[in-house]
Amino acid sequence: MFLEGYGYLIFQGAWLTVQVATWAACVAIVLGLLGALAKLSPVAPLRLVATVYTTLVRSVPDLVLMLLIYYSAQIGINQIAQAFGRESLQLNPYGTAIGTLGFIYGAYCAETFRGAFRAIPFGQLEAARAYGMSHWQVLRRIRLPQMMRFALPGIGNIWQVLLKSAGLISLLGLNDMVQVAKQAGNATSRQMFFYLVIAAIFLAFAILSSLALKHLERRYSIEPQRSV
Amino acid sequence: MIEILKEFGPNFLWSDGYRWSGLSVTLWLLVTSAIIGLAAAIPLALVRTYGNRWLALPVQLYTLVFRGTPLFVQLLIIYSGLASLSLIRESPSLWWFFRDGMHCVILALALNTCAYTVEILAGVLRTTPRGEIEAALALGMTRRQLFVLVLIPSMLRRALPAYSNEVIFVLHATAIAFTATVPDILKIAADVNAATFKTFQAYGIAALLYMLLACALVGVFRLAERRLLAYQR
Repeated sequence: MFLEGYGYLIFQGAWLTVQVATWAACVAIVLGLLGALAKLSPVAPLRLVATVYTTLVRSVPDLVLMLLIYYSAQIGINQIAQAFGRESLQLNPYGTAIGTLGFIYGAYCAETFRGAFRAIPFGQLEAARAYGMSHWQVLRRIRLPQMMRFALPGIGNIWQVLLKSAGLISLLGLNDMVQVAKQAGNATSRQMFFYLVIAAIFLAFAILSSLALKHLERRYSIEPQRSV
Repeated sequence: MIEILKEFGPNFLWSDGYRWSGLSVTLWLLVTSAIIGLAAAIPLALVRTYGNRWLALPVQLYTLVFRGTPLFVQLLIIYSGLASLSLIRESPSLWWFFRDGMHCVILALALNTCAYTVEILAGVLRTTPRGEIEAALALGMTRRQLFVLVLIPSMLRRALPAYSNEVIFVLHATAIAFTATVPDILKIAADVNAATFKTFQAYGIAALLYMLLACALVGVFRLAERRLLAYQR
Protein backbone atom coordinates (compact mmCIF):
# COMPACT_ATOMS: atom_id res chain seq x y z
CA MET A 1 0.00 0.00 0.00
CA PHE A 2 1.12 3.58 -0.62
CA LEU A 3 3.33 4.73 2.30
CA GLU A 4 2.16 1.70 4.31
CA GLY A 5 -1.38 3.05 4.35
CA TYR A 6 -0.32 6.37 5.86
CA GLY A 7 -0.37 8.21 2.52
CA TYR A 8 -3.71 9.87 3.08
CA LEU A 9 -2.89 10.89 6.67
CA ILE A 10 0.39 12.45 5.57
CA PHE A 11 -1.42 14.26 2.77
CA GLN A 12 -3.91 15.62 5.32
CA GLY A 13 -1.05 16.68 7.59
CA ALA A 14 0.75 18.42 4.72
CA TRP A 15 -2.45 20.25 3.80
CA LEU A 16 -2.82 21.37 7.43
CA THR A 17 0.77 22.65 7.46
CA VAL A 18 0.16 24.64 4.27
CA GLN A 19 -3.08 26.09 5.63
CA VAL A 20 -1.53 27.13 8.93
CA ALA A 21 1.47 28.68 7.14
CA THR A 22 -0.74 30.55 4.65
CA TRP A 23 -3.09 32.00 7.25
CA ALA A 24 -0.16 32.88 9.50
CA ALA A 25 1.45 34.69 6.56
CA CYS A 26 -1.76 36.72 6.07
CA VAL A 27 -1.77 37.69 9.76
CA ALA A 28 1.94 38.51 9.57
CA ILE A 29 1.50 40.76 6.52
CA VAL A 30 -1.34 42.71 8.16
CA LEU A 31 0.62 43.08 11.41
CA GLY A 32 3.75 43.93 9.43
CA LEU A 33 1.97 46.69 7.50
CA LEU A 34 0.53 48.14 10.70
CA GLY A 35 3.90 47.86 12.41
CA ALA A 36 5.75 49.54 9.54
CA LEU A 37 3.22 52.39 9.33
CA ALA A 38 3.44 52.82 13.10
CA LYS A 39 7.23 52.89 12.96
CA LEU A 40 7.13 55.61 10.29
CA SER A 41 4.29 57.59 11.86
CA PRO A 42 4.88 61.03 13.36
CA VAL A 43 3.16 59.93 16.61
CA ALA A 44 5.88 59.05 19.13
CA PRO A 45 3.94 56.51 21.28
CA LEU A 46 2.99 54.53 18.16
CA ARG A 47 6.64 54.44 17.11
CA LEU A 48 7.64 53.24 20.56
CA VAL A 49 5.07 50.42 20.63
CA ALA A 50 6.09 49.23 17.16
CA THR A 51 9.80 49.38 17.98
CA VAL A 52 9.30 47.40 21.20
CA TYR A 53 7.23 44.82 19.27
CA THR A 54 9.76 44.26 16.48
CA THR A 55 12.80 44.29 18.77
CA LEU A 56 11.42 41.97 21.43
CA VAL A 57 9.94 39.45 19.03
CA ARG A 58 12.97 39.29 16.74
CA SER A 59 15.43 38.73 19.58
CA VAL A 60 13.69 35.63 20.99
CA PRO A 61 13.68 32.22 19.23
CA ASP A 62 10.40 31.50 17.43
CA LEU A 63 10.01 28.17 19.26
CA VAL A 64 10.29 29.84 22.69
CA LEU A 65 7.74 32.50 21.71
CA MET A 66 5.42 29.85 20.29
CA LEU A 67 5.41 27.88 23.55
CA LEU A 68 5.19 31.08 25.61
CA ILE A 69 2.26 32.61 23.71
CA TYR A 70 0.42 29.38 22.91
CA TYR A 71 0.29 28.13 26.48
CA SER A 72 -0.03 31.53 28.19
CA ALA A 73 -2.85 32.79 25.97
CA GLN A 74 -5.35 30.27 27.32
CA ILE A 75 -4.30 30.88 30.93
CA GLY A 76 -4.54 34.63 30.42
CA ILE A 77 -8.01 34.37 28.94
CA ASN A 78 -9.13 32.15 31.80
CA GLN A 79 -7.84 34.69 34.33
CA ILE A 80 -9.49 37.62 32.58
CA ALA A 81 -12.76 35.71 32.37
CA GLN A 82 -12.52 34.84 36.04
CA ALA A 83 -11.87 38.47 36.99
CA PHE A 84 -15.08 39.50 35.22
CA GLY A 85 -16.96 36.50 36.55
CA ARG A 86 -17.70 35.17 33.06
CA GLU A 87 -17.50 31.72 31.53
CA SER A 88 -14.04 31.33 29.96
CA LEU A 89 -13.87 30.57 26.26
CA GLN A 90 -11.79 27.72 24.93
CA LEU A 91 -9.22 28.82 22.35
CA ASN A 92 -9.15 26.89 19.10
CA PRO A 93 -5.66 25.32 18.91
CA TYR A 94 -5.32 25.90 15.16
CA GLY A 95 -6.39 29.51 15.46
CA THR A 96 -3.97 30.06 18.34
CA ALA A 97 -1.09 28.48 16.38
CA ILE A 98 -1.90 30.70 13.38
CA GLY A 99 -2.13 33.79 15.58
CA THR A 100 1.14 32.97 17.32
CA LEU A 101 3.09 32.36 14.11
CA GLY A 102 1.53 35.47 12.55
CA PHE A 103 2.47 37.57 15.57
CA ILE A 104 6.09 36.39 15.43
CA TYR A 105 6.61 36.83 11.69
CA GLY A 106 4.66 40.11 11.71
CA ALA A 107 7.66 41.63 13.47
CA TYR A 108 10.01 40.48 10.70
CA CYS A 109 7.55 41.71 8.06
CA ALA A 110 7.33 45.12 9.76
CA GLU A 111 11.08 45.63 9.35
CA THR A 112 10.94 44.62 5.69
CA PHE A 113 7.96 46.87 4.95
CA ARG A 114 9.57 49.77 6.77
CA GLY A 115 12.66 49.53 4.58
CA ALA A 116 10.49 49.23 1.48
CA PHE A 117 8.39 52.29 2.38
CA ARG A 118 11.57 54.29 2.79
CA ALA A 119 12.89 53.13 -0.57
CA ILE A 120 10.11 54.99 -2.42
CA PRO A 121 11.61 58.08 -4.09
CA PHE A 122 10.58 61.14 -2.13
CA GLY A 123 9.72 63.06 -5.31
CA GLN A 124 6.79 60.74 -5.97
CA LEU A 125 5.23 61.55 -2.61
CA GLU A 126 5.76 65.26 -3.19
CA ALA A 127 4.21 64.96 -6.65
CA ALA A 128 1.19 63.12 -5.22
CA ARG A 129 0.73 65.77 -2.57
CA ALA A 130 1.11 68.49 -5.19
CA TYR A 131 -1.83 66.92 -7.05
CA GLY A 132 -3.89 67.44 -3.92
CA MET A 133 -4.18 63.77 -2.95
CA SER A 134 -5.27 63.12 0.61
CA HIS A 135 -3.07 61.21 3.04
CA TRP A 136 -5.14 58.05 2.47
CA GLN A 137 -5.01 58.40 -1.33
CA VAL A 138 -1.22 58.76 -1.26
CA LEU A 139 -1.00 55.63 0.85
CA ARG A 140 -3.34 53.58 -1.31
CA ARG A 141 -2.27 54.73 -4.79
CA ILE A 142 1.43 55.55 -4.41
CA ARG A 143 3.00 54.14 -1.28
CA LEU A 144 1.42 50.66 -0.99
CA PRO A 145 1.82 49.54 -4.63
CA GLN A 146 5.35 50.94 -4.89
CA MET A 147 6.36 49.51 -1.54
CA MET A 148 5.22 46.00 -2.51
CA ARG A 149 7.78 45.89 -5.29
CA PHE A 150 10.65 46.69 -2.93
CA ALA A 151 9.32 44.42 -0.18
CA LEU A 152 8.75 41.34 -2.31
CA PRO A 153 12.21 39.70 -2.03
CA GLY A 154 12.26 40.20 1.75
CA ILE A 155 8.70 38.94 2.19
CA GLY A 156 9.59 35.91 0.06
CA ASN A 157 12.44 35.06 2.42
CA ILE A 158 10.16 35.46 5.43
CA TRP A 159 7.62 33.12 3.80
CA GLN A 160 10.29 30.45 3.33
CA VAL A 161 11.29 30.73 7.01
CA LEU A 162 7.65 30.74 8.12
CA LEU A 163 6.91 27.61 6.11
CA LYS A 164 9.71 25.80 7.93
CA SER A 165 8.59 27.17 11.31
CA ALA A 166 5.14 25.75 10.62
CA GLY A 167 6.86 22.37 10.96
CA LEU A 168 7.16 23.10 14.68
CA ILE A 169 3.40 23.17 15.38
CA SER A 170 3.49 19.45 16.17
CA LEU A 171 5.30 20.49 19.37
CA LEU A 172 2.12 22.38 20.32
CA GLY A 173 0.17 19.14 19.96
CA LEU A 174 -1.32 19.81 16.53
CA ASN A 175 -1.72 16.94 14.11
CA ASP A 176 0.43 18.23 11.25
CA MET A 177 2.53 16.11 8.93
CA VAL A 178 5.50 15.96 11.30
CA GLN A 179 3.20 14.51 13.96
CA VAL A 180 1.72 12.01 11.48
CA ALA A 181 5.22 10.97 10.39
CA LYS A 182 6.24 10.45 14.02
CA GLN A 183 3.21 8.24 14.68
CA ALA A 184 3.60 6.33 11.42
CA GLY A 185 7.30 5.82 12.07
CA ASN A 186 6.75 4.54 15.58
CA ALA A 187 3.93 2.24 14.48
CA THR A 188 5.92 0.66 11.64
CA SER A 189 9.47 1.06 13.11
CA ARG A 190 10.44 2.81 9.89
CA GLN A 191 11.12 6.29 11.31
CA MET A 192 13.86 7.06 8.80
CA PHE A 193 11.60 6.43 5.84
CA PHE A 194 8.74 8.62 7.06
CA TYR A 195 11.00 11.48 8.13
CA LEU A 196 12.65 11.43 4.70
CA VAL A 197 9.20 11.56 3.10
CA ILE A 198 8.17 14.70 5.00
CA ALA A 199 11.59 16.27 4.40
CA ALA A 200 10.98 15.74 0.69
CA ILE A 201 7.52 17.34 0.98
CA PHE A 202 8.98 20.38 2.77
CA LEU A 203 11.69 20.62 0.10
CA ALA A 204 9.05 20.49 -2.64
CA PHE A 205 7.10 23.30 -0.92
CA ALA A 206 10.28 25.38 -0.69
CA ILE A 207 11.18 24.89 -4.36
CA LEU A 208 7.61 25.61 -5.51
CA SER A 209 7.52 28.77 -3.38
CA SER A 210 10.80 30.02 -4.75
CA LEU A 211 9.60 29.47 -8.32
CA ALA A 212 6.36 31.32 -7.59
CA LEU A 213 8.27 34.15 -5.92
CA LYS A 214 10.62 34.49 -8.88
CA HIS A 215 7.60 34.78 -11.16
CA LEU A 216 6.01 37.43 -8.91
CA GLU A 217 9.25 39.40 -8.68
CA ARG A 218 9.57 39.45 -12.46
CA ARG A 219 6.00 40.70 -12.71
CA TYR A 220 6.45 43.45 -10.16
CA SER A 221 9.78 44.68 -11.50
CA ILE A 222 8.58 45.28 -15.07
CA GLU A 223 9.10 49.00 -15.01
CA PRO A 224 12.63 49.16 -13.53
CA GLN A 225 13.82 46.57 -16.08
CA ARG A 226 12.50 48.64 -18.97
CA SER A 227 14.30 51.73 -17.77
CA VAL A 228 17.71 50.02 -17.80
CA MET B 1 8.83 35.30 39.38
CA ILE B 2 11.32 36.01 42.21
CA GLU B 3 10.59 32.64 43.82
CA ILE B 4 11.13 30.83 40.54
CA LEU B 5 14.41 32.66 40.02
CA LYS B 6 15.52 31.82 43.57
CA GLU B 7 14.64 28.17 43.20
CA PHE B 8 15.59 27.54 39.57
CA GLY B 9 18.11 30.31 38.86
CA PRO B 10 21.13 27.96 38.87
CA ASN B 11 19.27 25.49 36.62
CA PHE B 12 18.58 28.25 34.11
CA LEU B 13 22.18 29.44 34.14
CA TRP B 14 24.66 26.64 34.67
CA SER B 15 23.64 23.41 36.41
CA ASP B 16 20.61 21.40 37.48
CA GLY B 17 22.55 19.70 40.28
CA TYR B 18 24.30 16.85 38.51
CA ARG B 19 25.06 18.10 34.99
CA TRP B 20 25.47 21.30 32.99
CA SER B 21 22.17 22.90 32.03
CA GLY B 22 20.48 26.05 30.80
CA LEU B 23 22.52 28.95 29.52
CA SER B 24 25.85 27.09 29.57
CA VAL B 25 24.46 24.27 27.40
CA THR B 26 22.88 26.73 24.96
CA LEU B 27 26.20 28.58 24.66
CA TRP B 28 28.08 25.31 24.17
CA LEU B 29 25.67 24.28 21.38
CA LEU B 30 26.00 27.70 19.75
CA VAL B 31 29.80 27.87 19.87
CA THR B 32 30.57 24.31 18.76
CA SER B 33 28.04 24.19 15.94
CA ALA B 34 28.94 27.68 14.68
CA ILE B 35 32.67 26.87 14.65
CA ILE B 36 32.22 23.48 12.94
CA GLY B 37 29.75 25.00 10.47
CA LEU B 38 32.04 27.91 9.57
CA ALA B 39 35.14 25.71 9.27
CA ALA B 40 33.34 23.41 6.85
CA ALA B 41 31.68 26.27 4.98
CA ILE B 42 34.92 28.03 3.94
CA PRO B 43 36.25 25.24 1.65
CA LEU B 44 32.72 24.43 0.42
CA ALA B 45 32.12 28.07 -0.53
CA LEU B 46 35.38 28.13 -2.49
CA VAL B 47 34.40 24.90 -4.27
CA ARG B 48 30.91 26.22 -4.97
CA THR B 49 32.31 29.42 -6.54
CA TYR B 50 35.59 28.37 -8.19
CA GLY B 51 35.34 24.57 -8.43
CA ASN B 52 34.44 22.77 -11.64
CA ARG B 53 30.86 21.82 -12.28
CA TRP B 54 31.10 18.27 -10.90
CA LEU B 55 32.42 19.56 -7.59
CA ALA B 56 30.16 22.61 -7.35
CA LEU B 57 26.94 20.74 -8.13
CA PRO B 58 26.93 18.47 -5.03
CA VAL B 59 27.63 21.51 -2.83
CA GLN B 60 24.70 23.33 -4.43
CA LEU B 61 22.50 20.30 -3.87
CA TYR B 62 23.60 20.12 -0.22
CA THR B 63 22.75 23.77 0.45
CA LEU B 64 19.43 23.42 -1.37
CA VAL B 65 18.35 20.41 0.70
CA PHE B 66 19.51 21.74 4.07
CA ARG B 67 18.09 25.22 3.50
CA GLY B 68 14.84 23.90 2.05
CA THR B 69 13.86 21.59 4.91
CA PRO B 70 13.11 22.55 8.53
CA LEU B 71 15.90 22.06 11.06
CA PHE B 72 13.39 20.20 13.23
CA VAL B 73 12.91 17.54 10.55
CA GLN B 74 16.68 17.32 10.03
CA LEU B 75 17.12 16.73 13.75
CA LEU B 76 14.37 14.09 13.73
CA ILE B 77 16.13 12.29 10.89
CA ILE B 78 19.49 12.38 12.67
CA TYR B 79 18.22 11.68 16.18
CA SER B 80 15.28 9.28 15.74
CA GLY B 81 15.61 8.25 12.09
CA LEU B 82 19.20 7.05 12.17
CA ALA B 83 18.69 5.37 15.53
CA SER B 84 15.98 3.19 13.98
CA LEU B 85 18.39 1.75 11.39
CA SER B 86 19.97 -1.56 12.35
CA LEU B 87 23.13 -0.53 10.51
CA ILE B 88 23.70 2.23 13.09
CA ARG B 89 22.58 0.17 16.09
CA GLU B 90 24.93 -2.69 15.29
CA SER B 91 28.07 -0.57 14.89
CA PRO B 92 29.39 0.30 18.38
CA SER B 93 31.10 3.58 17.43
CA LEU B 94 28.21 4.89 15.34
CA TRP B 95 25.72 3.87 18.01
CA TRP B 96 27.82 5.61 20.68
CA PHE B 97 27.66 8.80 18.62
CA PHE B 98 24.01 8.80 17.57
CA ARG B 99 22.66 7.56 20.91
CA ASP B 100 23.54 10.88 22.56
CA GLY B 101 21.07 13.72 21.97
CA MET B 102 23.82 16.32 22.39
CA HIS B 103 25.91 14.86 19.54
CA CYS B 104 22.86 14.71 17.27
CA VAL B 105 21.85 18.31 18.01
CA ILE B 106 25.36 19.63 17.35
CA LEU B 107 25.60 17.63 14.13
CA ALA B 108 22.18 18.86 12.92
CA LEU B 109 22.92 22.49 13.86
CA ALA B 110 26.38 22.39 12.26
CA LEU B 111 25.09 20.85 9.00
CA ASN B 112 22.26 23.39 8.91
CA THR B 113 24.30 26.52 9.61
CA CYS B 114 27.05 25.31 7.28
CA ALA B 115 24.56 25.26 4.38
CA TYR B 116 23.45 28.84 5.04
CA THR B 117 27.05 30.00 5.63
CA VAL B 118 28.20 28.48 2.32
CA GLU B 119 25.61 30.60 0.51
CA ILE B 120 26.61 33.75 2.45
CA LEU B 121 30.32 33.24 1.74
CA ALA B 122 29.73 32.32 -1.91
CA GLY B 123 27.64 35.46 -2.36
CA VAL B 124 30.43 37.57 -0.88
CA LEU B 125 33.09 35.83 -3.02
CA ARG B 126 31.18 36.67 -6.18
CA THR B 127 31.37 40.37 -5.30
CA THR B 128 35.12 40.43 -4.59
CA PRO B 129 36.34 43.76 -6.01
CA ARG B 130 38.23 43.06 -9.24
CA GLY B 131 40.98 45.44 -8.12
CA GLU B 132 41.94 43.16 -5.22
CA ILE B 133 42.49 40.21 -7.57
CA GLU B 134 44.28 42.29 -10.20
CA ALA B 135 46.58 43.79 -7.58
CA ALA B 136 47.44 40.30 -6.29
CA LEU B 137 48.22 39.08 -9.81
CA ALA B 138 50.24 42.21 -10.56
CA LEU B 139 52.36 41.46 -7.50
CA GLY B 140 53.10 38.07 -9.02
CA MET B 141 51.23 36.00 -6.44
CA THR B 142 50.67 32.35 -7.19
CA ARG B 143 47.14 30.98 -7.28
CA ARG B 144 47.62 29.54 -3.81
CA GLN B 145 48.85 32.86 -2.44
CA LEU B 146 45.95 34.64 -4.11
CA PHE B 147 43.48 32.45 -2.23
CA VAL B 148 45.22 32.35 1.14
CA LEU B 149 46.40 35.96 1.34
CA VAL B 150 43.70 37.84 -0.56
CA LEU B 151 40.45 36.05 -1.38
CA ILE B 152 39.78 34.20 1.88
CA PRO B 153 40.62 37.06 4.31
CA SER B 154 38.67 39.52 2.18
CA MET B 155 35.72 37.11 2.02
CA LEU B 156 35.67 36.58 5.80
CA ARG B 157 35.80 40.30 6.52
CA ARG B 158 33.09 41.30 4.09
CA ALA B 159 30.84 38.41 5.14
CA LEU B 160 30.77 39.65 8.74
CA PRO B 161 27.49 41.64 8.65
CA ALA B 162 25.55 38.78 7.05
CA TYR B 163 27.33 36.17 9.16
CA SER B 164 26.40 37.95 12.39
CA ASN B 165 22.74 37.51 11.41
CA GLU B 166 23.38 33.83 10.78
CA VAL B 167 24.92 33.40 14.25
CA ILE B 168 21.82 34.97 15.82
CA PHE B 169 19.72 32.48 13.84
CA VAL B 170 21.88 29.62 15.14
CA LEU B 171 21.25 30.87 18.67
CA HIS B 172 17.53 30.80 17.95
CA ALA B 173 17.86 27.40 16.34
CA THR B 174 19.53 25.90 19.44
CA ALA B 175 16.12 26.08 21.15
CA ILE B 176 15.19 22.98 19.15
CA ALA B 177 17.68 20.99 21.28
CA PHE B 178 15.12 20.38 24.00
CA THR B 179 13.24 18.00 21.69
CA ALA B 180 16.31 15.73 21.83
CA THR B 181 16.36 15.82 25.66
CA VAL B 182 19.36 18.19 25.78
CA PRO B 183 19.00 20.35 28.93
CA ASP B 184 19.27 23.78 27.27
CA ILE B 185 17.46 26.94 28.41
CA LEU B 186 14.14 25.92 26.87
CA LYS B 187 14.25 22.42 28.41
CA ILE B 188 14.70 23.99 31.86
CA ALA B 189 11.78 26.34 31.14
CA ALA B 190 9.60 23.36 30.20
CA ASP B 191 10.67 21.53 33.37
CA VAL B 192 9.95 24.59 35.53
CA ASN B 193 6.56 24.93 33.83
CA ALA B 194 5.79 21.29 34.60
CA ALA B 195 6.90 21.70 38.22
CA THR B 196 5.20 25.01 39.06
CA PHE B 197 2.43 25.47 36.45
CA LYS B 198 3.65 29.08 36.09
CA THR B 199 3.76 28.94 32.30
CA PHE B 200 4.23 32.61 31.52
CA GLN B 201 7.00 33.12 34.08
CA ALA B 202 8.86 29.92 33.14
CA TYR B 203 8.94 30.61 29.40
CA GLY B 204 9.26 34.35 30.02
CA ILE B 205 12.57 33.85 31.86
CA ALA B 206 13.80 31.69 28.97
CA ALA B 207 12.76 34.37 26.45
CA LEU B 208 14.58 37.01 28.50
CA LEU B 209 17.77 34.93 28.60
CA TYR B 210 17.71 34.39 24.83
CA MET B 211 17.09 38.10 24.35
CA LEU B 212 20.08 39.05 26.49
CA LEU B 213 22.26 36.55 24.62
CA ALA B 214 21.13 37.93 21.27
CA CYS B 215 21.87 41.50 22.40
CA ALA B 216 25.32 40.46 23.62
CA LEU B 217 26.06 38.77 20.29
CA VAL B 218 24.93 41.85 18.36
CA GLY B 219 27.25 43.97 20.50
CA VAL B 220 30.24 41.66 19.99
CA PHE B 221 29.73 41.56 16.23
CA ARG B 222 29.34 45.33 16.06
CA LEU B 223 32.74 45.73 17.77
CA ALA B 224 34.29 43.15 15.44
CA GLU B 225 32.84 44.91 12.40
CA ARG B 226 34.21 48.24 13.54
CA ARG B 227 37.70 46.71 13.74
CA LEU B 228 37.71 44.36 10.76
CA LEU B 229 35.79 46.55 8.34
CA ALA B 230 37.55 49.76 9.39
CA TYR B 231 38.97 50.14 5.86
CA GLN B 232 35.47 50.58 4.45
CA ARG B 233 34.71 53.69 6.46
